[in-house]
Amino acid sequence: MPNDTTRPIHLANARLIDPVTGLVSPGGVVISDGIIRDFGENLHAAGTAGEAESVDCGGAILSPGLVDLRAFIGEPGEEYRETLRSASEAAAAGGVTTIIAQPNTAPVIDDPAVVDFVLRRARDTSLVNIRPAAALTKGCRGQEMSEIGLLKEAGAVAVTDGHRTVTNAQVMRRALAYARIFDMPIIHHAEDPDLVGEGVMNEGEFATRLGLPGIPRVAETIMLERDIRLVQLTGGRYHAALVTCRESLDVIRRAKQAGLPVTAGVSINHLTLNEYDIGQYRTFLKLSPPLRSEEDRLAMVEAVSEGLIDVIVSDHNPQDVETKRLTFAECTPGAIGLETMLAAGLRLVEAGHIGLKRLIEAMSEAPARIVGLETGRLAKGAPADLMAFDPEEPWLVDAASLRSRCKNTPFDEARMMGRVQLTMVAGRIVHRLDPA
Amino acid sequence: MTASSFIFPHRHLLGIEGLSRPDIEGLLALAEEEVAVSRQVEKKKSVLRGRTQINLFFEASTRTQSSFELAGKRLGADVMNMSVANSSVKKGETLIDTAMTLNAMRPDLIVVRHHAAGAVHLLARKVDCSVINAGDGAHEHPTQALLDALTIRRNKGRIEGLLVVICGDIAHSRVARSNIICLQALGARVRLCAPPTLMPAGIERYGVEVFTDMKKALDGADIVMMLRLQRERMNGSFVPSVQEYFHYYGLDREKLKYARPDALVMHPGPMNRGVEIATDVADGAQSLIREQVEMGVAVRMAVLEALAGRLGNG
Repeated sequence: MPNDTTRPIHLANARLIDPVTGLVSPGGVVISDGIIRDFGENLHAAGTAGEAESVDCGGAILSPGLVDLRAFIGEPGEEYRETLRSASEAAAAGGVTTIIAQPNTAPVIDDPAVVDFVLRRARDTSLVNIRPAAALTKGCRGQEMSEIGLLKEAGAVAVTDGHRTVTNAQVMRRALAYARIFDMPIIHHAEDPDLVGEGVMNEGEFATRLGLPGIPRVAETIMLERDIRLVQLTGGRYHAALVTCRESLDVIRRAKQAGLPVTAGVSINHLTLNEYDIGQYRTFLKLSPPLRSEEDRLAMVEAVSEGLIDVIVSDHNPQDVETKRLTFAECTPGAIGLETMLAAGLRLVEAGHIGLKRLIEAMSEAPARIVGLETGRLAKGAPADLMAFDPEEPWLVDAASLRSRCKNTPFDEARMMGRVQLTMVAGRIVHRLDPA
Repeated sequence: MTASSFIFPHRHLLGIEGLSRPDIEGLLALAEEEVAVSRQVEKKKSVLRGRTQINLFFEASTRTQSSFELAGKRLGADVMNMSVANSSVKKGETLIDTAMTLNAMRPDLIVVRHHAAGAVHLLARKVDCSVINAGDGAHEHPTQALLDALTIRRNKGRIEGLLVVICGDIAHSRVARSNIICLQALGARVRLCAPPTLMPAGIERYGVEVFTDMKKALDGADIVMMLRLQRERMNGSFVPSVQEYFHYYGLDREKLKYARPDALVMHPGPMNRGVEIATDVADGAQSLIREQVEMGVAVRMAVLEALAGRLGNG
């Protein structure tokens, strides 16, 4: 791999796509010192960039690398699940150049020293950019606000309690008001735990047939309604981490129409799977919030397409056999997704439900903008975080060969169309698919 | 179809869902023969001689476990009871570890009860023998539905066209789910009656009629099937109190009058007298509750025998 960052690299023979400017054209990109120096149609052929080392992209689509706003990593504390290194390998293979690591680690990332630790470990071991989203409340316990300002200074890009919901409305109100000083986005898993109760999948006929307790859609919608009222009251910047049901879209739409600083995300799982994929109690399909109906899935896809939902995340959550080889009700929710999110998303493009530019935007520039990162753009002077993929290359997902330490993919043995050929982070090529 | 020519086309009995009407009727016909065997002085067949049956109960259940034990013994099997509720699972052994351990003992049949829906499916994927679901969470309890069908058929002469009303905690009931599927497969009309807090979401999609008023639900009923209400659900979480529940949803003589005069009363047991059913109804002339217990042994013999017919000789 050419990893000499002092000599310029010329990514040639590519099809450039930049969702921000709408650029779609054959071309090439010249990179030096981790920065995009030049790009365009005139750089399509090898040898058109002077002394730069030429890398042939073989006609693949070259676009900004993906920014994953929601991935759970086990480091520090649960390295058997995932390390920053193993997560970065999965990310690189999936075209993800920046991971926003969730704070639900051991210890929780609720202290500037832990933010510092994660950033240093990432610098030393990770192939891709990793930036932590720090805890919104101490210990993610939902009671006391964390040091939002100091966490931001230490390098955290957002505050969130990860997979936990802040049920205390007063705590959320004050956090939204306080975080405004620093323009720090609050990312929230909006799901009322009382209404979730013992529920383990979407409430409805299928849950009843399986004899499993259901989670009603209102668990999400009510919490989202509450949060929007608090945003209205405080003016704090708010991002709904995962929206899964049609009713929630009305809430987001009203908030946006009112001009509130509200954005929303959805996981790739909720865009490509529905509750019936659980089949006979498949624990890898147990997610939080749960997979919903096909009608909900289609509504989410449409909302991404029209931009009502801003961001697509992997919601990468490694779980090993000890937490998954249990009965459905007893197993821990979560699925890995860093390595498959682009390919799964391309299914929606193939089906004609989402345009390719919009898909890439929702996985790169849109999340980068929310957390204030410069990446996610094909522009002179922008970080050289790029990926190249062949949208026509078929491949079969084999859980065992995925790079994540845990193999809990909901796409095992799935046929995918479109595979990442090359991933570049800050000018370094960190992944290159061996020619078959 | 005669019982002797009946071939059960499944390796396991995990639920009523997935069984065809001929499967169910075949099991019922075989169960009729087992009733006759059970009423002889010499209550013994030898179809399971040399076979090992393990009753693996993760949830305590005296009646179902002894029913399966007796059924196995009357067919000549070596029966071993494992009450896991107080053994290694408490020490952290997982369901799958337990399954693999038992599998290494080379049983021919495993009867499983577990508190989690789907546990029996998980186990069936990991063992080489036949698995019988003796109740998994709120999912299914197929032998209960079969014994209920047998009891109804013996008393009414048919199931086709009967109006069966199932009352009580439908939401948490595997008995209700298996019975709905079984009775509908055999041509009965099914009504459900419960307070909305005890009615599962989407249940109307089963093609049943849903009621909250018990008197209306019972109108014209041929069979009234009462379900047990767990103690922890009585005090304000799902219903306000035992008194209020019994007042609106307990089967007493007064409410039973709304059913047909020849209506029969059933309960899967164990009963909470004075909660879901009044003592005089439970012990009255219209009650089939004791007969259900007898049919339980016969149906479980039939299931064991039907599955044994598919066991290899290796």
